[in-house]
Amino acid sequence: MFDVPGWPGHLPGQHVDVRLTAEDGYSVQRSYSISSAPDGNRVELAVQRVVDGEVSPYLCDVLSVGDKIELRGPVGGWFVWRPADQAPVTLVAGGSGIAPLMAMVRTRASEGSRVPFRLVYSVRTPDDVLFADELRRRARDDAGLDVRLVYTRQTPEGSPEPPGRLGVATLNTYGWPAEFTPNCFVCGPTGFVETVSDILVALGHDLRRVRTERFG
Amino acid sequence: MSDDHVDGNALAGDLREIFAVDLTTATGRCAGCGYRGSVATLRVYRNAPGLVARCPHCEEVVLRLVRGRDRAWLDLRGTVSLEIPLPS
Repeated sequence: MFDVPGWPGHLPGQHVDVRLTAEDGYSVQRSYSISSAPDGNRVELAVQRVVDGEVSPYLCDVLSVGDKIELRGPVGGWFVWRPADQAPVTLVAGGSGIAPLMAMVRTRASEGSRVPFRLVYSVRTPDDVLFADELRRRARDDAGLDVRLVYTRQTPEGSPEPPGRLGVATLNTYGWPAEFTPNCFVCGPTGFVETVSDILVALGHDLRRVRTERFG
Repeated sequence: MSDDHVDGNALAGDLREIFAVDLTTATGRCAGCGYRGSVATLRVYRNAPGLVARCPHCEEVVLRLVRGRDRAWLDLRGTVSLEIPLPS
């Protein structure tokens, strides 16, 4: 969570570039999605630690409350949901790809939007669910928001279904049908995004309505 | 080709520093195969001295951006044209 003086506000789905500069002038930059709804100067980023990464270990392990960093943003105008757009929305997240989609879910609530949202969120195990409590609460309280979790390695205790990869049947059942011409937002690791967008197109969705963001 | 790429969304910050509008929403045409698509859908490789964006269809290099301390180099020879939405 960062306080950014003079933050101009953002659209859900936009990201920021974080730049770290060493004393010798060496500088490295990475993009991180904003997971918060617009809220004054406050910006929340979800950062997944990459073991041999140059930026994320610093953000996760070294940076502490009160430290300053260089942020540039908000940037990106393509992978964004605009509350004025009344088409239903299918969100598909893989792992930490939930971050920009969470910003959309939160903005929908804060704007009092009634656009119907369906979120399909793929994680390895129940422990890997980011924003777990908030999603459970929102699925109950936010009218018109459906949340479906898909576990690829281990399911919660007592689950009737075995773990498995997100497939055609799940997206067909828990996303909006293509005939409703929903806006689809897919975010996650590159392989996940490729697979999901191929499935959505195979299910008849117009590729122009399938917007993707890959983490690499 | 390695799978180690992100997409054109990652170009937004660097391009915004150069251009007055968000270029990732522009529609580009690839000089290699004629594919038309949003700049945001390009495949971006960052393991080069700079950013290399390739066509998602034919993998031709369509845009390269190298940033120095006080200047940037933008190579667009792989792009035939860019259609840029402007506020009306």
